[in-house]
Amino acid sequence: MKFIDEYRDKDLVQKLVEHIKRVSKKQISLMEVCGGHTMSIQKFGIPFLLPGTIKLISGPGCPVCVSDRKYIDQAIAYARLDDVIIATYGDLIRVPGSTSTLDQEKASGADVRIVYSVLDALKIARDNLNKKIVFLGIGFETTAPGSAVGVINANMEGISNFYLFSSHKIMPPAMEALIDEGVKLDGYIAPGHVSAITGTSIYKRIPEKYRLGVVISGFEPVDLLKAILMLVYQIEKNDPKVEIAYTRVVKPEGNIKAQQMLEEVFELRDDWWRGLGVLPKSGLKVREKYADHDAEIQIPVKVEPTREDKGCICGEILKGIKNPKDCKLFAKACTPENPVGACMVSHEGSCHAYYRYNRD
Amino acid sequence: MCLSIPAKVEVINGEMAVVSVGGTKYNASLQMLDDVKIGDYILMHTGFAIQKLTAEEAAESLLVFKEFEELNEKLDIEEKETGKRIV
Repeated sequence: MKFIDEYRDKDLVQKLVEHIKRVSKKQISLMEVCGGHTMSIQKFGIPFLLPGTIKLISGPGCPVCVSDRKYIDQAIAYARLDDVIIATYGDLIRVPGSTSTLDQEKASGADVRIVYSVLDALKIARDNLNKKIVFLGIGFETTAPGSAVGVINANMEGISNFYLFSSHKIMPPAMEALIDEGVKLDGYIAPGHVSAITGTSIYKRIPEKYRLGVVISGFEPVDLLKAILMLVYQIEKNDPKVEIAYTRVVKPEGNIKAQQMLEEVFELRDDWWRGLGVLPKSGLKVREKYADHDAEIQIPVKVEPTREDKGCICGEILKGIKNPKDCKLFAKACTPENPVGACMVSHEGSCHAYYRYNRD
Repeated sequence: MCLSIPAKVEVINGEMAVVSVGGTKYNASLQMLDDVKIGDYILMHTGFAIQKLTAEEAAESLLVFKEFEELNEKLDIEEKETGKRIV
């Protein structure tokens, strides 16, 4: 496939690996903060290609994993209302809430529908005027503009039974919080598709304030190795900056139209992240102007008390302090078929990626 | 979650397009992207075209790798000649 196959080229991968081995002298840890990168890195076995000087650690880049269990509990509470249809991306359906999952609610008769796009949720709303359609908005800057379009279109078309339940978050506060917490890092492999929307400016404080490099990477092995090589260069030369390795997709200014839509619909609020706690101005809340389409305001619901599972170290894994293999539950009590924590449910969760590609 | 795939634009109908991913057809909204033309490659995420892919940039980034390759070969030769490890 064009724009993919050439970035899986074996010879190119070998050349890049060879070059990284030559240039890398200092002992360094690089963190990827995108669940898609976590998947690719494990799937393509990137850690096994790198020299012993480079350690890769996974960060809080899986939106399903970092979201509060209370969010799932509230979605389940909505699902239990007779006049509500839940429209959700498939990622959320099996995530454990305190006592149930959306999948279990669906099996018990709740109307929970998996959609590929918010546009499908709008169609469900148009076709079911006597129901309230609650769209579960989860994800970072890549996914949030779609939810913004949903709200804008619903508002313009007068689709009054469409509601967004936002758990959207933005990436930079978590990237800074990890450094503030003292997680030992030498550079960030930054998310490619978040950056396709935001551009490079969101990361500029990281080299300025923390003297850490940020290189925006694509998702193929050649992309990732190129980003790693660029970071190694920056570190060896002690020249931290924001660079784009994924130039075929990411423009320095990002997608301005999508940024305007985000700005139009959302405002920042303090939000809770698994492993990191409450981070100031890290979540996206629907603006008052669009309150008619905000599920949190329009559909009051009683939510059961949140209960976290004992023994799950998902929070520490998301911070890069621990590895999935450090968890006593990993691949024993916790498997993709029977997940304990969100990091095992989501395909891009570290535990799931390790289970599939790097279990032994 | 942020998974997005490169797709070729085949038909444009107002704000919607039919795009092809390795031969399979999908609908994609063009609401987030201006100036999309038939034949363009776009990056598709949750039913939206979120960015255009530029063939020139793609070709250029592969060229950069060729430079690494050449640099590596040059360094190999130099190392052999001088008997010292350079980088």
